[in-house]
Amino acid sequence: MPDKNAIEVRDVSKLFGTGDAQFAALDNVSVSIRENEFFTLLGPSGCGKTTLLRLIAGFDYPTDGQILLYGQDIAPLPPFKRPVNTVFQSYALFPHMTVGQNIAFGLEMLGKPKAEIEARVAEMLKLVRMEALKDRKTSQISGGQQQRVALARALAPQPKVLLLDEPLSALDYKLRKEMQIELKRLQHETGITFIFVTHDQEEALTMSDRIAVMSAGKILQVGSPWDIYDRPAVRFVADFIGETNFLHADVVSANDGRATVRLSSGKEIPATFPSGSSPQGKVTLVVRPEHARVAAPNGTSAHVGHIENVVYLGTDTHFHVRLDDGTPFIVRQQNSRNGHNGFAKAERVGIEFGQDVAQILKD
Amino acid sequence: MASAQETALSAERQDIRNRWLLSAPALIIILLAAIGPLFIVLIYSFLAAGPYGDVEWKFSTDGWISVFLQRDIFDDTLSFADAHLAIFWRSVKLSIGTTLLTIVFGFPTAYFIATRPERTREMWLFLITIPFWTNLLIRTFAILQIIRNEGIINTLLIKAGFINQPIQILFTDTAIMIGMVYVYLPLMVLPLYASMEKLDFRLVEAGYDLYASRFAVLRRIIFPLVKPGVIAGSILVFIPSLGAYVTPSLLGGGKNMMLGNLIELQFGQGRNWPLGSAISITLMAIVMIALLAYVRNAGSSEVRHG
Amino acid sequence: MAKRRFDLKALPGFTTIAVICFVALYLPIIILVAYAFNAATSTSEWGGFSLKWFASAWNNDQVIDATIRSFQIAVLAATFATIAATMAALATTRTKAYRGLTFKYAFINQPLMVPEIVTAVALLIFFSRIKVWTGYAGLGYLIGAHTAFCIPFAYLPIRARLESMDLTLERAAADLYATPFKAFRRVTLPLLWPGILAGFMLAFVISLDDVVITNFVKLGGQDTLPTYMLGQIRRGITPEINAISTAFLLLSILIVTLFFFASRKRD
Repeated sequence: MPDKNAIEVRDVSKLFGTGDAQFAALDNVSVSIRENEFFTLLGPSGCGKTTLLRLIAGFDYPTDGQILLYGQDIAPLPPFKRPVNTVFQSYALFPHMTVGQNIAFGLEMLGKPKAEIEARVAEMLKLVRMEALKDRKTSQISGGQQQRVALARALAPQPKVLLLDEPLSALDYKLRKEMQIELKRLQHETGITFIFVTHDQEEALTMSDRIAVMSAGKILQVGSPWDIYDRPAVRFVADFIGETNFLHADVVSANDGRATVRLSSGKEIPATFPSGSSPQGKVTLVVRPEHARVAAPNGTSAHVGHIENVVYLGTDTHFHVRLDDGTPFIVRQQNSRNGHNGFAKAERVGIEFGQDVAQILKD
Repeated sequence: MASAQETALSAERQDIRNRWLLSAPALIIILLAAIGPLFIVLIYSFLAAGPYGDVEWKFSTDGWISVFLQRDIFDDTLSFADAHLAIFWRSVKLSIGTTLLTIVFGFPTAYFIATRPERTREMWLFLITIPFWTNLLIRTFAILQIIRNEGIINTLLIKAGFINQPIQILFTDTAIMIGMVYVYLPLMVLPLYASMEKLDFRLVEAGYDLYASRFAVLRRIIFPLVKPGVIAGSILVFIPSLGAYVTPSLLGGGKNMMLGNLIELQFGQGRNWPLGSAISITLMAIVMIALLAYVRNAGSSEVRHG
Repeated sequence: MAKRRFDLKALPGFTTIAVICFVALYLPIIILVAYAFNAATSTSEWGGFSLKWFASAWNNDQVIDATIRSFQIAVLAATFATIAATMAALATTRTKAYRGLTFKYAFINQPLMVPEIVTAVALLIFFSRIKVWTGYAGLGYLIGAHTAFCIPFAYLPIRARLESMDLTLERAAADLYATPFKAFRRVTLPLLWPGILAGFMLAFVISLDDVVITNFVKLGGQDTLPTYMLGQIRRGITPEINAISTAFLLLSILIVTLFFFASRKRD
């Protein structure tokens, strides 16, 4: 895969309001998005992800910094001069036009010849499997179909980058799952760079090549879904994505990306840490609940505690354990057909870690 | 190449400049043919009356003095202009009366429309809207035909033998009031309906659930919630009532004048333009005070029409 | 039989008063219309059905003349007012508050706040001055005055329509390479159209109905239908006025019906 950058965001800040009421929706953000990549901006509402998308689309201008599209600074350009298209959260389909007219709109504005427009509209309708509904008004089709029309409309002018602003949030669960797969297929077939904004971590993990996790106007970590889930760099990322246990530990030694830490139980275990940091002294460890097991306390136990609560979830059972140093710890264990995992409330248990499950956080 | 932030700033400036340009035609037309002339009226009120109407261009407070006072022709002493005071009093009295009566009749009517099922509600609303947009002159004329001595009311009463002489309704204050209530009722019903339409009837259910009687529900729940509509409707009725011209001049006749007719008189036979101007400014001042009181009461929500 | 069920929404006497109101609103108009078809010369007795008063109105040059003038003024004033109001509505909606916005609202709605009689005498003074200076004695004064007081009425539905319009639609157009002008022509204007139409119809009716301002501003021989009728009613009542009123009513109802459905049927 080429490592050419489609979009480069350089030191971009966006301030809203004035004086004391001023706040930074984006605070000195830099990120590069590669060509042909499915890139996701993930974060809670108000983290700045939609603002960044709007700056790339041209609906707003950055207070500071540059936005490069294949090397050219597009930040001062109005939206209609950028080869970038958007799928809006509300779809924003033109209610006074048919499905076909909606899809043709961008091509018409670009002054394409009629024959080409028609061919392209037909091609797009086929791509999103909506051939039969070309002459329908947009108010006469379902939400899922509107979503497909919005996609077709944005893809029709063959943008260099497609921006998607929480496009699946209005759909029900089943349709959302279908559209996730559909979007991946479309991205694959068209070869266009997708920038996808969502607050749904599951959606982000399923669909993305790379994810940028944002909070309070900053990008905290950029990486593959695996990186983000298994190697969170900071507490916010670990906490926002999936369930996590936090443990206190002291660094015994650290070099070459590998460290040894001592837990409060006195036990020493291996741990990984984010590149570019050099952990020392007291640190916080994260361990995912599914990467630990409960067992009868013995010499190999990383920690010892007692079970406060057992929650049966069908596929799994959650054991809420209170460690002897007072920290809460959750263990998720898969259920088997023959009965539960055999531990009951108030029972004393040992926690066992699998291989290489602990990650040291930067903060 | 301009930086993004410069682009943003100049785009914002340009946007505001465009917005001023776009609103310019409306603002200029209204300035020339509505607001501007009011200032001329203000100036005229401080000039001396010309002998054949119009004004003489010298400063005089006679116009303002004559609003409430009159100068004795022989000894130049000032006394209260009883005729003017009577007209002011009649205007205020009839306007307040009209406002109150439109509430009495309009409130149940608006409530009736608001509680109709979705399908027929449109029709009832439409029935209120039609008089709202039909000619005020025609509707006044319709009332005139009914209440005059040869009108259908008197004719029927005489034929039925209840009376031998027609009851004189036309050319009385009562006639003006009947006419104004009739023509301005839709102005009360529409804003009342607008606020009742938004009324959440689960609150009424909650009221009954908490042992309220029908009267208590009306007084303690419905009325407070639709109060903005009552205030808006009152303003919409009170202002045109106070400045009414067509209705009192047709139904009140020459004796029962209201302010609108008094103003007309000064610009017509009275040939006292400064006095007419001064009364106009006074009328406007009363309206402005009423509007300010409304804005104070209703917050920043604007007066709605229709 | 069980006791009558408790109706949550009912309030005692309200329905009775409402029905009385509807009857009272329409009965005088129905009587007025009925007398338009009365063969008798007097409007106090019924002399059989006849269309003669309609014929007499139709053959009355003054009536026809005033009607044509009313339409001329209403068409021109409503057109100017709608154009100005549309532009003003575009300038005052869908923006964060900027300096001058409240001022513009107050300015545009001013004709609604001032009693008509005051505006009427103000225009009488102003226009009589202009007439002295310029010597112009055409319909321009009436058209100008009507345009001014029609603007706030035209403005209301247009502004309402604009405010309920989804801003992202124009953003989507810009995203799809439409320049601001093209976005306005292809997206904003078609969506605004019902509002503009409603605004025009309101302005038209308001102009057609006006009595007070017209009565003061009009020059000799510039009677509109309402001012002609006012003059006639003051002079004495003939069923011809009923006939004219009936035709006028019919027209108003037609326009209001169109307006009602134009502004309600869409979305």
